[in-house]
Amino acid sequence: MSVSSPLPHDAARLHVTGQARYVDDIPTPAGTLHLAFGLSSVARGQILSMDLDAVRAAPGVIAVLTADDLPFANDVSPSAHDEPMLSDGSLHYLGQPIFLVIADSHHAARRAARRGEISYEEQTPILSIEDALAADSRFEEGPRIYGRGDAATAIAAAPRHIEGTLELGGQEHFYLEGQAALALPQEAGDMLVHSSTQHPTEIQHKVAEAIGVPMHGVRVETRRMGGGFGGKESQGNALAVSCAVAARLTGRPCKMRYDRDDDMMITGKRHDFRITYRAGFDDDGTVLGVEFVQLTRCGWAQDLSLPVADRAMLHADNAYWLPNIRIESHRLKTNTQSATAYRGFGGPQGVVGIERVMDHVAHALKRDPVEVRKRNYYDAPETAAAGGSAPHSPRDISEQKKDNYTPYGQLVEDFELCGMTEALLASSDYAARKQAVAEWNATNPVIKKGLAFSPVKFGISFTLTHLNQAGALVHVYQDGSIHLNHGGTEMGQGLFQKVAQVAASRFGVGVDAVKITATDTAKVPNTSATAASSGTDLNGMAVKAACDTIRGRMAAFLAQLHQAPPDEVLFENGCVQIGDTEMPFAEAAKLAYENRVSLSATGFYKTPKLAWDRIKGEGRPFFYFAYGAAVTEVALDTLTGENRILRADILHDAGASLNPALDKGQVEGGYVQGAGWLSCEELVWNDKGRLLTHAPSTYKIPAFSDQPDLFNVALWDGQNREDTIYRSKAVGEPPFMLGISAFLALSDAVAACGSAYPALDAPATPERLLKAVQRLRDGV
Amino acid sequence: MNVTFLLNGESVELRDVSTTATLLDWLRDARGLTGTKEGCNEGDCGACTVMVQDEDGARALNACILFLPQLNGKSVRTVEGIASPDGQLHPVQQAMIDHHGSQCGFCTPGFITSMATAHLNGDGDHATALAGNLCRCTGYAPILRAAKAASAEPVPDWLSAFTVPEILAGGMAGGKPPTGATVQPETADDLAQWYAAHPDATLIAGATDVGLWVTKQGRELGPVAFLNRCRDLQQIEETETGVTLGAGVTIARLIPLFDRLSPSLAAMLRRYGSTQVRAAATIGGNIANGSPIGDGPPALIALGAVLHLRKGDTRRNIPLESFFLDYGKQDRSAGEFVEAVSFTKEPDRLRCYKLSKRFDQDISALCGCFNITVENGSVAAARIAFGGMAGIPKRAAQVETALIGQPWTEATIAAANPAWAEDFTPLSDMRASATYRLDTARNLLMRYYLETEGTGVSVKEVQA
Repeated sequence: MSVSSPLPHDAARLHVTGQARYVDDIPTPAGTLHLAFGLSSVARGQILSMDLDAVRAAPGVIAVLTADDLPFANDVSPSAHDEPMLSDGSLHYLGQPIFLVIADSHHAARRAARRGEISYEEQTPILSIEDALAADSRFEEGPRIYGRGDAATAIAAAPRHIEGTLELGGQEHFYLEGQAALALPQEAGDMLVHSSTQHPTEIQHKVAEAIGVPMHGVRVETRRMGGGFGGKESQGNALAVSCAVAARLTGRPCKMRYDRDDDMMITGKRHDFRITYRAGFDDDGTVLGVEFVQLTRCGWAQDLSLPVADRAMLHADNAYWLPNIRIESHRLKTNTQSATAYRGFGGPQGVVGIERVMDHVAHALKRDPVEVRKRNYYDAPETAAAGGSAPHSPRDISEQKKDNYTPYGQLVEDFELCGMTEALLASSDYAARKQAVAEWNATNPVIKKGLAFSPVKFGISFTLTHLNQAGALVHVYQDGSIHLNHGGTEMGQGLFQKVAQVAASRFGVGVDAVKITATDTAKVPNTSATAASSGTDLNGMAVKAACDTIRGRMAAFLAQLHQAPPDEVLFENGCVQIGDTEMPFAEAAKLAYENRVSLSATGFYKTPKLAWDRIKGEGRPFFYFAYGAAVTEVALDTLTGENRILRADILHDAGASLNPALDKGQVEGGYVQGAGWLSCEELVWNDKGRLLTHAPSTYKIPAFSDQPDLFNVALWDGQNREDTIYRSKAVGEPPFMLGISAFLALSDAVAACGSAYPALDAPATPERLLKAVQRLRDGV
Repeated sequence: MNVTFLLNGESVELRDVSTTATLLDWLRDARGLTGTKEGCNEGDCGACTVMVQDEDGARALNACILFLPQLNGKSVRTVEGIASPDGQLHPVQQAMIDHHGSQCGFCTPGFITSMATAHLNGDGDHATALAGNLCRCTGYAPILRAAKAASAEPVPDWLSAFTVPEILAGGMAGGKPPTGATVQPETADDLAQWYAAHPDATLIAGATDVGLWVTKQGRELGPVAFLNRCRDLQQIEETETGVTLGAGVTIARLIPLFDRLSPSLAAMLRRYGSTQVRAAATIGGNIANGSPIGDGPPALIALGAVLHLRKGDTRRNIPLESFFLDYGKQDRSAGEFVEAVSFTKEPDRLRCYKLSKRFDQDISALCGCFNITVENGSVAAARIAFGGMAGIPKRAAQVETALIGQPWTEATIAAANPAWAEDFTPLSDMRASATYRLDTARNLLMRYYLETEGTGVSVKEVQA
């Protein structure tokens, strides 16, 4: 059976031989033109005049477009129509596209784009959280507030208290393949677009608006991306639209790819946050009340900031049952790149907030942070008091008995973390190592060690409920080979292979019989972005439905032919069995074809059970939760702040994994990316709003030697209690938050330098770590 | 100029090649070999890595900052040329499939070429060999597993057989005096003569810096001399008393030298750029570009190195630290070039401490190099030099003065604290603040002291 097999990525052989084709690798017709943006060099202001003569006169330039030259919509926003592709005269961030150069080569376009003479009326940019609060510069009318119980009263009544502030930096996606698109004009004004996007339908939609055709006039194809991580959910719009507009204008194919510096200057990143917290707790570490204020810089345009900030609020509980909680969220509008989707989509920021609280509480009580965490966990299903009480009354908590409802009123039905935590503490030898770390720290003045555990509970589904749908198109050809298509996109996560394994399994054939094909808006329409970890859940189910339709037709036909009940027709081992008769699948397909049985079907899936009111903050936004836990040990040089991950142990819940090898890859990679976010990856803007870290020379993602020396990753042996595809669980985003254990371990190492709480900010660069060490040593 | 090289085993002869055409652009645009990827176009991500072989062996190089003229007489293998001509996979390719070493696949060609090069060279230090290849998907663990698995396999015969191509045309073979706007002299004498006549020219050795002038700043270079065929500039001359490094010696070649002479410097050099960068970058370039954050100069200044400059037939020698006058300004006249750098051998007291946000392949926030002689418990001599603390690589003269003649104790180090601010007023930038730079500079002297006292001070030497 192909499901649950640890097969390699479907394109692995193409990857290692250099044959895998990305947008910029597609052979282009002669005469293809290349595009580049001219960018704003001020963060806020108005364009007074533009002299683009030198741009037009530059070698190789065919045309230069400004907003006035655009034939239809000047809008590449995925949400609020507040994101002109080319500036309409006002400038909102340093790096904003102002004009578009169309030239005969990539380099010619880029060189010409630097020649624009633009005069500005500069205004004081709103850059920081303080700036934005002072100017009341925000999206939505005011802060959004979720919660339950009475946090303020509970905190006041609690015997012990902590409070603090945590700065969390943003994060550049640093997909290795930069943004890219290629538009090929077709007859009658139609447009074919190849885009490196997680969201082909959105590209189709925005291109159609920009060139004034219905969506049926635009076809978008995406075979693969060289990494996405959320950065290609909306940020590819500008390139695809530019290519289509230029192709329509010139009648020639147009390609655009961002140079790395342009990519980092123009596109959005993970939202940075400041989280202030206040908690009241008892002497055992039970958190009785907690308040969070989450302040996030959304950048200049709304993009996906509202659902990102919502998800940060929805993960402010992480793994903990919190009877009294208040979360206040400010979505601040600043003159910086428009922050966008990034793996975890706000969830990681929310999780770090409550993990900081747990860590701080444990420090205040001088208790092991794991004990404090376990005390506050949701209950495991067998011990939970839930079930009787209805989901409409979670706010009415009169006694401290865990009802296992989240602050937003969703019942946590399968809290796996109790069992997972015990298993991981044992396999990682946590208790003995905690002791060994303490002993090391007692005798080593310079190098301190830290050890930390952190859990994750992550909600799976788009919180915008209507996005939880998917379609598929499957053909069986008369030779028994299978053509597979669905709405999901491949960005390296192995979605295509996992879904192919589903298809092969439904037909009982080897995965080699299944041809994986590029995502194509002409094959499956109205798709959702491949995002929210939902790719396999949604598309796997849609493909299953399509396959089962065909299989049902084949079975009905063969059953009739052989006078057997249809449910006794079996598809396995490359054959079809009808009672005593067995034939190869290919023969069955040929027979079905010759007997005029349709061998093509669409499939559709919508996630059940969802009901969510984002204004009230109540309902069931998530179909289910995925869980994970990690233990990380670090070493810290207290003279310099240099540090290293010595060991990481992870146990992650992928349900009944569709492909343990690919899932493990997501876990390992997610952990390192999460640890990078909180340690070496630092975005720095200057006081003019210029991003100073816009290339890998200055922005440092983890490199080869940053992987843990010892890295033990295992999948939890479980299955999804909800009826997902083969009872698997989504695995794209949740492991990212396992990297939080590395941040907490660094904090633990700093804590060995004094008695105060380290209150470490992120990213914990050597500089921030040294500062924290100095603070503790100075006894502050 | 005309350029001849082997590409995946086939001879390529290019006429009138643009001086600044990069191998990456040529592979992708002219040859349609799109396996080699552009990830950053500045030599920092390794997605464009290719294998380059010549008489000196096989090296992994970044094709994005490799100009075609640099390839004259060499053999290039791209990811498309790593498997056998009949499609049999190289062991590193098979291992990457078996161990799930690719996810999105975009960095994979660069990893494959780096891994195949290390495999060919019998290099089992995977962390060092692959420090110049960034991967955003896997977290590197499966790639390490693949590299380990493949290392046991023999080098496939289609890669082990290798001949350097004859230069068929162009180039400077035969000792012809160099002429024209782009030249590739064969000797330092030829270079000296030509450069004296073209003092506004750009000299390109490894192109790890100048490459970015072109790819990132879009600069036109004017007359250019490629130095990579000047074998006489690439000599390491070691005697019983001293070492002279030709300006064209790559950083990679310094590592085995300093493994013997100063392991701390060798360890620091393993963090200089990446394997790909070190295989191209030269010590002469590292000095001559005058960068305040280059890692070579502070180490060499701490060793008391002498710089050998040449203009035409005129040579002069100066202490290395006096070469750096001010930010962007060196003691070098037009048409004068760095020919060599030399230092006297002495008992190894040198410790080199490079601080950066990331351990590997990061530009130093600061790089402190200490060479302190303690005799009878007192500091007899001190040479302390820093990069990243001023507009130039600079000695900590006041700190040295505060130490010399004093007992080698923590109290002396503490007493020297005020001197640091007299020596340095560092900048705050995206790499670190002035405060961090000054604080850690002080702390690095403490680290040096603790190391001499035998206290463990390196996170790299700690295990879980």
